[in-house]
Amino acid sequence: MSVGKNEPRRDGPAKLTGRALYLDDVNIPGCWHGVTVRSTVPHGKIKSISYDPSFPWDECVIVTAKDIPGKNLVALIEADQPLLADGIVRHREEAIVLIAHADRATAYEAAKRVKIEYEPLPPVFDMEKADKVFKSFLIQRGDLDAGFADADIVVEGEYRTPSQEQAYIENNAIAAYEEDGVLIVTGSLQCPYYVLKAMKQIFNRDESRIRIIQTVTGGGFGGKEEYPSMLAGHAALLALKAGRPVKIVYDRHEDMAATTKRHPEIVRHRTGLTKDGRLLAQDIEVIMDGGAYATLSAVVLSRGTLHAAGVYECPNVRVRSKVVMTHTPPNGAFRGFGAPQTLFAVELHWERIADALHIDSLTLRRKNIFKLGSTTATGQHLLESVGAQECLEKTVKSSQYVSKRKEYDRWNKNPKNPTWKGIGLSVCHHGAGFTGSGEVYLASRAGIALTSKGELVVLAASTEIGQGTNTMFAQVAADALGAPASWFTVETPDTHKVPDSGPTVASRTCMVVGGLVSRATKELKRAFEAEYGRVPKTPADLKKAAFVLCKGAPARRFEVQYEKPPEVTWDDATYRGDAYGVYSYAAIAVDLEIDRLTYEVRVNKVTTAQDIGKAINPLLAEGQIIGGSTQGLGWALLEEPIFKDGVMINSTFTNYVIPTSLDTPPFEVILVEKPYSRGPFGAKGVGELPMDIPGPAVAAAVKHATGRLIPTLPHTPERIAKAQP
Amino acid sequence: MIKLTVNGKKKSFKGAPFTRLIDALREDFALTGTKEGCGEGECGACTVLLDGKPVNSCLIPVIQADGHRLETVESMGTPEKLSKLQSGFLACGGAQCGICTPGMLMTAHAHLKGGGKRDDKSVRTALAGNLCRCTGYQDIVKSVIKAAKGAK
Repeated sequence: MSVGKNEPRRDGPAKLTGRALYLDDVNIPGCWHGVTVRSTVPHGKIKSISYDPSFPWDECVIVTAKDIPGKNLVALIEADQPLLADGIVRHREEAIVLIAHADRATAYEAAKRVKIEYEPLPPVFDMEKADKVFKSFLIQRGDLDAGFADADIVVEGEYRTPSQEQAYIENNAIAAYEEDGVLIVTGSLQCPYYVLKAMKQIFNRDESRIRIIQTVTGGGFGGKEEYPSMLAGHAALLALKAGRPVKIVYDRHEDMAATTKRHPEIVRHRTGLTKDGRLLAQDIEVIMDGGAYATLSAVVLSRGTLHAAGVYECPNVRVRSKVVMTHTPPNGAFRGFGAPQTLFAVELHWERIADALHIDSLTLRRKNIFKLGSTTATGQHLLESVGAQECLEKTVKSSQYVSKRKEYDRWNKNPKNPTWKGIGLSVCHHGAGFTGSGEVYLASRAGIALTSKGELVVLAASTEIGQGTNTMFAQVAADALGAPASWFTVETPDTHKVPDSGPTVASRTCMVVGGLVSRATKELKRAFEAEYGRVPKTPADLKKAAFVLCKGAPARRFEVQYEKPPEVTWDDATYRGDAYGVYSYAAIAVDLEIDRLTYEVRVNKVTTAQDIGKAINPLLAEGQIIGGSTQGLGWALLEEPIFKDGVMINSTFTNYVIPTSLDTPPFEVILVEKPYSRGPFGAKGVGELPMDIPGPAVAAAVKHATGRLIPTLPHTPERIAKAQP
Repeated sequence: MIKLTVNGKKKSFKGAPFTRLIDALREDFALTGTKEGCGEGECGACTVLLDGKPVNSCLIPVIQADGHRLETVESMGTPEKLSKLQSGFLACGGAQCGICTPGMLMTAHAHLKGGGKRDDKSVRTALAGNLCRCTGYQDIVKSVIKAAKGAK
């Protein structure tokens, strides 16, 4: 058996020796450098574009919207975002002109010699004053008025979360060139088939004449879900016009200022409870700032909305949500995808309720938390794999939450102590896979190829972006066949080689695509048994079997397509039913200390139990949990994009601070494995779950330490100092 | 002409003396193992060793390395035969997306070779100039300590 073992990371040796080729490492002969001229106003009409006559423009290739052969569109959900601004700009840093030159420094110099004049139009930056709504949702369960009428107490609260920068260490980078009439786009990206879909419309070509190939990718986190489609279009326009390869590699400032971030959000809760703390009514309002174009905002909002009521059973619920347009660069996918924002609100709200009822938030959670058989706000009955309670109890026990609450209360009462200490809790669920009917719509495919030489190759468009996709796929395939993982390789995501497995997002790669790989491999197993009499036992045996199964062809492919589990029902119109096939669950305890003079926060320990169904590779799964939790701690304590006139002004690592090795605490990770019958070997999603709850646990710990409930992030020293106890 | 030793081999550089060291390494010497993450000395992805000490190669003009000894990640093991430190990273989950890994390895290598302490706090302090967005550092720190103990 390979599943459950810490097989070494497939991509490890190449990455550890500097041999792994990221886009900027690839030697593409004759490649020019592309740069982007961007808008300097948040909203305005483009009056003129002029080029400094003293510059040798004949050495350059220049592209504007006029050069686009097909639609001026980055195709995603709505047809609203132009590839290059034409006549009007709707946010700062919007791309207007592209330039390529053989020399990188000269290309940057050329960009400075382009002058664009604007007629300014009034911008909207405040999401509460925005009138254009990209998307709204309504979830209703039970009778809200009756619930409030029965309540002994009603508690209200408003919570705000800021944006967050992706901060992958490899910036966005794409190259494009034409070869034998095929437009090849290669680079750092999560979703090759999203890029393909966008390119088809830009260039009026079918998929036979466009080929998207992923290079080794230095982090994604959602930041390379949709944006690479834009960058691919830019690089390809330049390459086709120049008649030679062109690459565009963003620098850190450009990447931070221009590309997608987490949606800022306001969430309001009005909650009715009995005096002993049982939930009777939850009325929740969500507003998200989408930025200037719709991108993925509708689905980010959907996930945020579906997680807004938290991991608690409540008979009467209303969630109203909307995502609005402002004149800032579009916000997009980022690990958690709307859920961290709404979960911050519902989780921290327990501290407010605890104060109002004089019952501690752990007791309140225990009374209301999802159990097997619970029903969610959308009316979904949770019939299997519900580890919320176990995660909570294991976290409480291992972190010594209860005794530390008391110990720290005593410590904090003594004014001579130099610090305040606090420990805070948070619990969540995270739906694995696409929302609602999304997986049905995607109809993903994956497969396995057996070559006549006896090679076994996993075929999927899911990308390795550091999370361990390739290692996990090999382990799943190995156990599905009953062979060692070393027999399997994983094909590079290349739209001319692998089927469309859907995007590498939504914590779906292991559960959904891994499930397809497992099914396809079982088809191969049946073919071995039927046509060769058995599953081969040795590499030599495999070669013989391959010869028999391939029947003279170079390879034989076994491909399968997603099939909706029959028990899952969902109504997009009413937002009722099984919002996700299954949920992963997590609980976290953050133990911290605050300097009484400087208000600096030091996190001393994080304890987290996470129910992911089955850890295919425990080391990689724990890596996701510790890394995702660290991004959550960064959002909670350090990270805040500062916007002025619609643009991020702290767009460098000098003043946008992410956690270093000295900012991160020791983590104790407890894997809870409540198997899901539809996941490969019981596995559910793990990628996003850890990002969801460090924020509210930090805020609860700060509240414990200082008595200050701060309903926004990050908890910087300045913000804690200003807050009222 | 600038003369320097890179990974034990004598090299000469004929370009502009104020070329960033990272560009000379990647573009003139084709040593692309050294990565650029920010170009302003904040992330440490471009860390190389100058006479055994870790430096940000994005901040140093190549002329500053004239007559000096440089080591990059290519001086360590190969995929077939990883060094002890690299093996530690593989065993303990020290690399995920891998883009910070070469810089992380060079800093850790300098720390261990320079006689730095092998405890959690000392290793974390040594690595504080190298940003990683994937791992949360715990497995990197474990990797370094495991490699150091294995080497003893």
